[in-house]
Amino acid sequence: MARGEEGTATVPKVYGVATVLVCLEEAGAAYEVVPLDMAAREQEAPHHRARNPLGKIPAFEDGDLMLFESRAIARYVLRKYKPDLLGGGDPKRAATVDAWVEAEAHQFHPPASHILRQVVILPMIGGARDQRVVDENVGRLRAVLDAYDARLAKHRYLAGGEEEASLADLAHVGVMLMLVGTEYGRRVVEERANVKAWWDRVALVDAEVGIRSTQSSR
Amino acid sequence: MAPVKVFGSAMSTNVVRVLVCLEEVGAEYEVVNIDFQAKEHKSPEHVARNPFGQIPAFQDGDLFLFESRAIAKYVARKHKSADADLLREGNLNEAAMVDVWTEVEAHQYNPAISPIVYECLVNPAMKGLPTNQKVVDESLDKLKKVLEVYEARLSKTKYLAGDFVSFADLNHFPYTYYFMATPHALVFDSYPHVKVWWESLMSRPSVKKLSANMPTSWP
Repeated sequence: MARGEEGTATVPKVYGVATVLVCLEEAGAAYEVVPLDMAAREQEAPHHRARNPLGKIPAFEDGDLMLFESRAIARYVLRKYKPDLLGGGDPKRAATVDAWVEAEAHQFHPPASHILRQVVILPMIGGARDQRVVDENVGRLRAVLDAYDARLAKHRYLAGGEEEASLADLAHVGVMLMLVGTEYGRRVVEERANVKAWWDRVALVDAEVGIRSTQSSR
Repeated sequence: MAPVKVFGSAMSTNVVRVLVCLEEVGAEYEVVNIDFQAKEHKSPEHVARNPFGQIPAFQDGDLFLFESRAIAKYVARKHKSADADLLREGNLNEAAMVDVWTEVEAHQYNPAISPIVYECLVNPAMKGLPTNQKVVDESLDKLKKVLEVYEARLSKTKYLAGDFVSFADLNHFPYTYYFMATPHALVFDSYPHVKVWWESLMSRPSVKKLSANMPTSWP
């Protein structure tokens, strides 16, 4: 399998792209990363919109099937290659995996991505940080991670599996990687022992799959 | 078999997201109201069901769930039949298309349409706050771009995931229903395939039944 190389104009391996890559690696599937020139806004060009009508990344092709939206792609990959990570045939486990995948999308992701936008993205594109937005979202994220900490006091992984991470855990990798590269993210994780232990466990997955944040620590 | 329980108000959009699936599959259920004014959603009893202190929450015997889309999928799987296969999980490609358009509703459509519902209906009627027209205008611009994508899709397929109604379509009902009670409903007229699709959703028995409990103006 071929991969996009670090350092070339390629698809950043963060946010939703990381979610898809982690799932492909966990699944042991053969895959190829096709570079897009994001500096030239190639993701908005007609040939990419044919794959993702929203003009975003990631997009995904498997034969004739073209998919977009990272969590939909991730589910397809796992359903095809490693359905256990979606809860297998057990409806209660599948529902619990789904609940924590939704929690990532609707509880964790919004404040975390606001913080990343202010602290990491805006400086990169010449914008100025709004510290009030950072502070407000750090507060929101603390409340969310308090709920995670209570859950992870009782279970090694979010969906309750003791042996293995599920999509619920893997869906956090892209944003968590970037978040713990910031002082705010490091602090809110380290304040919560169960969240920290969980992230150390899940980050082993990321180390195995070679997903690296493209952002330096700050 | 005891009916399942859905905790929250039958008027609330995310509760209705679950109820429409329960209705579509013909499951028995009970709605247990949660008193927002009394902050019941933050009570330890409710947080034990939903760790984020929100509605809906759900109980089926000893299984407790939260997050409306996760609950609704559980319901869809449990009661799957020849007449009601909302997720298409027996077919990899169809299931993927259901997931794609479920994500699009969650991450593109909903963030554009829900601020309009809050600014035009909820804030004035329930919080005594004036409509923030700047938020409405920005959201309308975002919504129109999303509706262009929907128009292109629905020109090719009858429903979002294909020529079959699915979970993806039903997820659009609650917020769109309230949007149609705002002054901006006519935006949909510029997207004829979207309008036909919406009207076909509104004609479903499940949707008609639930609409009766969703008032669009409040005293």
